[in-house]
Amino acid sequence: MLIVGELINASRKVIATAIEAREASTIQTVAETQKKAGADFIDVNAGIFVGQEAEYLKWLVTTVQEAVDAPCCIDSPDPKALEAALGVHRGTPMINSISLEKERYNALLPLVAGTDLKVVALCMSDQGMPQTTDERLAIADELVNGLVKKNVPIGNIYVDPLVQPISTNNTFGVEFLNAVEQLMTRFEGVHTICGLSNISYGLPERKLLNQVFAVMGIAKGLDGLIINPLDKRLMACIVAAETMVGKDNFCKNYIKEYRDKKFVFS
Amino acid sequence: MEKKQLMENMVISIIQGDQVKAQETVKEALKVNIDPLEVVELGLSKGMASIGESFERGESFLPELLMAAETFNAAMEILKPEIEAQNKEITKAGTVLIGTVRGDVHNLGKNIVSMVLETNGFSVVDIGVDVPSLNFIEEAETVQADVIALSSLMSTTMPAQREIIEILEEKDLREKYFVVVGGGPVSKEWADEIGADGYGKTAVDAVHLVKRLLTQRG
Repeated sequence: MLIVGELINASRKVIATAIEAREASTIQTVAETQKKAGADFIDVNAGIFVGQEAEYLKWLVTTVQEAVDAPCCIDSPDPKALEAALGVHRGTPMINSISLEKERYNALLPLVAGTDLKVVALCMSDQGMPQTTDERLAIADELVNGLVKKNVPIGNIYVDPLVQPISTNNTFGVEFLNAVEQLMTRFEGVHTICGLSNISYGLPERKLLNQVFAVMGIAKGLDGLIINPLDKRLMACIVAAETMVGKDNFCKNYIKEYRDKKFVFS
Repeated sequence: MEKKQLMENMVISIIQGDQVKAQETVKEALKVNIDPLEVVELGLSKGMASIGESFERGESFLPELLMAAETFNAAMEILKPEIEAQNKEITKAGTVLIGTVRGDVHNLGKNIVSMVLETNGFSVVDIGVDVPSLNFIEEAETVQADVIALSSLMSTTMPAQREIIEILEEKDLREKYFVVVGGGPVSKEWADEIGADGYGKTAVDAVHLVKRLLTQRG
C-alpha cells in the first residue's frame, strides 16, 4: 500500500496562508507529521493561485524536502507548474496527474516518457466525467497503453478511477469499486490509487465513510491512497484490510502495528 | 383539510423529501381550489427555504437538499399544467445562465447549484461544460440572463472566468450582467481580483448571492 499524505493542499486555508506568507515552518511541520504517521509520498498542491502556481509549487517542494527525506507527489493540472517543480525535486517524485484531457495529455506525456517518474493516471477525458465503471475502463485503457508505449513502466502507473461523492449519486461507490477490481485484473502490474475523501463530501462524520471506503477499496485490490495519514483509525483500517486480503505474511505487519500502539485511539 | 394545514404538509414534504406525500398534498390542495401559485409560494418555496437554512446551519446535508429539490420538481409536475390551464404564470425572480468554463468538464457542483437555484425561484439555463467564453456571452444575450454563473474546478481553467469578464467589458456589456463565480479552487479573493460580482462556496450561498444582487439592482 502506497500512502500519499494529502494535507499540504492550498485549498486548506491554513496552508494557503502559509504559502502566501512563505511560512516554511508551518509547511514543514505538516510534512514531518505526515511522514511520521506513515506517508510514503508528500502531496504538494498550490492549485488556487492562478499565475503563481509554478512558483509556489517549487517553493513547496523545496521547503518540504528541506525538512523531510521523502519524495513529493506533485499535484497540479498545469504542466508548466509540474515541470517547474520537477526541476527542484530531489529524488524520484510522483506526478499527480496525467489524464486524457487533450491539452494535459499532450503536455505531460513527453515529460514522463522514458523516465522513472511515478504517474497518477486520472480517468478523466474531454468527453466529461465518467459515470460508470465501463466509462472509466475505456479511459484507463487508452491512458495506460499510451503511457506504456512511451516507455513508462507499468509498475510506475497509478490509475485513479476517480472518486465522486456518494452524496450526489447512489451508484458512485460501486462504479468506482468495480473499476478498481477490473483494472487490477486487466492490467497486470498496474497500481491503483485515489483521493479517498471525495467519497464523503457533503455528509457528516466523513471520517467514518472514508475509513469504510478505504477498506472496501482494498478488498477490490486498491493499492494506493491519497489520504490524511494523521487519521489514526483510517491508517489502522488500512493495515487490517491489507492483512485481510492476504498481503501480510503471518500477519506480521498487523502484529507490528499493534505493538507500535497504532491501534490505540484515545 | 384546511388551507393552513395543507400548506404546512406541503412544507414538511419538501423538507422530508417525501415525493409521494408532496404529490398527494398538491392534489388535495387543488381539489379544494387553492390557487396553485399559492401552493408554490406558501408550500414549495417555503419548504426549500427551510431546508436551505437547515443546510447552512449544518443540520441538513447535501443529499437532503437534493431530495428536497427533487420533491419540489415532483410537486411541480402536477402544479405546472394546472398553472398553465388557469392562464397563470410563475414569476421567476430572475434568469441565471450557468456553465463550466472552457477546458473544464467538471459538472457535479454546477448541476447541484442549477437545481437549487431552479427550486428557489430562478429560471436557470445550464449550458453544460467546456463552454467557450464567447458562448457564455452569446447565450446570455439570447436568453436575456440577469446573472452569468461560471464554474471552474482547476487552476488551469479559472483564467476563463477572468476572460469572460474582460470580453464583457470589451463589448461594453459588463454593466448588463452580474457575473458570479464558484468551484473548488475558486475563492472570494479570486472573485475580487477578477472583478466578479460575487462568489459562493455552496449552492445555498448561490441562492443568497443571486437574490442579493438582483434586489440591489431593484
